[in-house]
Amino acid sequence: MATTVVPGIADYSPGGVLVREQVSLWRDGWRRLRRNRLSLVAVVYLGLIIVMAVVSFFWTPYGPNNIGVCQTYETPSPQHFFGCDELGRDSLSRLMAGTQVTLAEGIGCAFIALVAGVVIGLMAGFFRGIVDAALSLLINIFYGIPPLLVALVLYVLLGASLLNIIIAISATLWMDMARLVRGQTLSLREREFVEAARASGAKSGKILFGHIFPNALGPIIVQGTFVIPGAVLTGAFLSFLGVGVPAPQADWGGMAQEGVNAIRLVTHIVMFPSIALSLTLLAFNFFGDGLRDAFDPRQKR
Amino acid sequence: MTEPILQVQDLSTSFFTDDGEVKAVRGVSFDLHRGETLGIVGESGCGKSVTAMSVLGLVQRPGRVVGGKILFNGRDLLTIDAEELRQIRGRDIAMIFQDPLSSLNPVLRVGFQIDEAMKAHDKIPEPQIETRGIDLLKLVRVPDAARRIKDYPHQFSGGMRQRAMIAMGLSNRPDVLIADEPTTALDVTVQAQILELLRDLNEQTGTSIILITHNLGVVAGLCRRVVVMYAGEIVEEGPVEKIFESPQHPYTWSLLRSIPRIDANRRDRLKSIEGLPPDLISLPPGCKFSPRCPFRIERCFKDDPELVPVSEGQRAACWVMMERAYAEMGARTITDTRPGAASGVHPPGMAPLVAHESEVVADVAVEAGGSA
Repeated sequence: MATTVVPGIADYSPGGVLVREQVSLWRDGWRRLRRNRLSLVAVVYLGLIIVMAVVSFFWTPYGPNNIGVCQTYETPSPQHFFGCDELGRDSLSRLMAGTQVTLAEGIGCAFIALVAGVVIGLMAGFFRGIVDAALSLLINIFYGIPPLLVALVLYVLLGASLLNIIIAISATLWMDMARLVRGQTLSLREREFVEAARASGAKSGKILFGHIFPNALGPIIVQGTFVIPGAVLTGAFLSFLGVGVPAPQADWGGMAQEGVNAIRLVTHIVMFPSIALSLTLLAFNFFGDGLRDAFDPRQKR
Repeated sequence: MTEPILQVQDLSTSFFTDDGEVKAVRGVSFDLHRGETLGIVGESGCGKSVTAMSVLGLVQRPGRVVGGKILFNGRDLLTIDAEELRQIRGRDIAMIFQDPLSSLNPVLRVGFQIDEAMKAHDKIPEPQIETRGIDLLKLVRVPDAARRIKDYPHQFSGGMRQRAMIAMGLSNRPDVLIADEPTTALDVTVQAQILELLRDLNEQTGTSIILITHNLGVVAGLCRRVVVMYAGEIVEEGPVEKIFESPQHPYTWSLLRSIPRIDANRRDRLKSIEGLPPDLISLPPGCKFSPRCPFRIERCFKDDPELVPVSEGQRAACWVMMERAYAEMGARTITDTRPGAASGVHPPGMAPLVAHESEVVADVAVEAGGSA
């Protein structure tokens, strides 16, 4: 590319204008994420889970809630890859349908925790003083209560539905995000570009969401991906305890619980949902690790 | 002369720390006229930046403006409400900062940030904003502006970042541009370019500039009038030629003496000002520069000198200078021809202090040699 010289103005780059590929923060992050094999595998696995969740809405080998498509406790066979459960339902179909719940819980909770944590953290860090004191107290109160107790109480109060379970789980998971965002905001608000923005007449809201928030976005996303496995695990655990997604909706925690009941007779019922759950949790964690490394400026190469 | 656009009157700003009240700015007054370039010079921590921040109402807790008036077009910026002040910031009075990298938001494109500065105020019509952004980058001589405007700050060089900051500062056609050490973080050749740019912009757009710096060379290159600050107050002010040719306050004189000179004798060592500025929490009585002053007299430790006119447009706050002036006036009236009366005494504004530099330097050298 030729040097563009503005008429009447000296050219300050005698060697020609430096041309470089435009690399945004996001593309740079994605490039580094791809280099991490393990998180790449995790991304592919999670992609498959998402595809499976979507497909299961329209097609499963058998109806996931259809009773008696096979024998009770039938072991895996070419007709029923993962065998059948107590009521003669096809385990593979139920496993596929279970991904819906898993993803809804994971992503839903991450979203709620993200919104709540970001708003509360930004407010606490930016306005400081009494706002910070009050919000930090709230955070500490939620930390003090055992998470399962919070979830159970909310579950009982709100009633059994997927949305209520997501809300209950989120109530136990938003505090880490709020603390992280508060800390980020406290340090970012002292940065010079915030002062420069203030000096240029920017409004407080603009400074908060236009300048501070985008700078904290990297850590926020990483923290968000770590919320997902926590939410999935808590959701599965609630189902396992029998206070989860209402029947007959298939979900992995509930399937594992049914499997445990039958563990003296057959092992495949508990095995498959447990493996699926473990792999998914691992994948989310590896993905989060990869993201953290990708966004960590100290590892920039 | 025209009506001043910005008048700072008896401004005092303090920081209320756990150790006590740090009186960072104490009774500073100056006027800025339309199209004027004013330099504020002084050592680190003498209140230059705090003065600028006070003007824009940007002093953060635990700091607070404790007294004075800041009249902008006749309105006192210290009494108007926060929203009015916000609208004045960036639109009427813009500021650029020392470190251009940390003053630009690293995750937002340069063009976006320039546009945003315009969108914060309704001065520039919305449809013009995008093209004006490119025009501004051209104005501040960023090559290939149309393409570079889409870059992120880290893709800009140091000088270009400062240009971008200046473009942002000028975006709303402000009446006043406050430049807080705009060249300190840049290397010397880029410094010269930025100063030249500021000078051209001042001439082309008529924007008044307040240049805050500790670098007298920078002031000489850009400013028409100079305010010298020490320990939170003005010790001398005047037209740039007067300040450089016949500095009346010993602090100004010491500052000038500590500039490296290309024509200096190679064996001369660079002069520094001995000692440190005073503790702004517990200020001693008298002239604040007296502990470091090579010319101090008894009175300097007791009474605080006031700024008094010493020549056309020049004012200084120093007892020694006044004593000498009185002595000279006395000498003239009684036509004293005693030896020493003529050689050591100069009426202000007529003979530069440098004239008897040799004798004073000798004194200081003996002192310095003794303590070293």
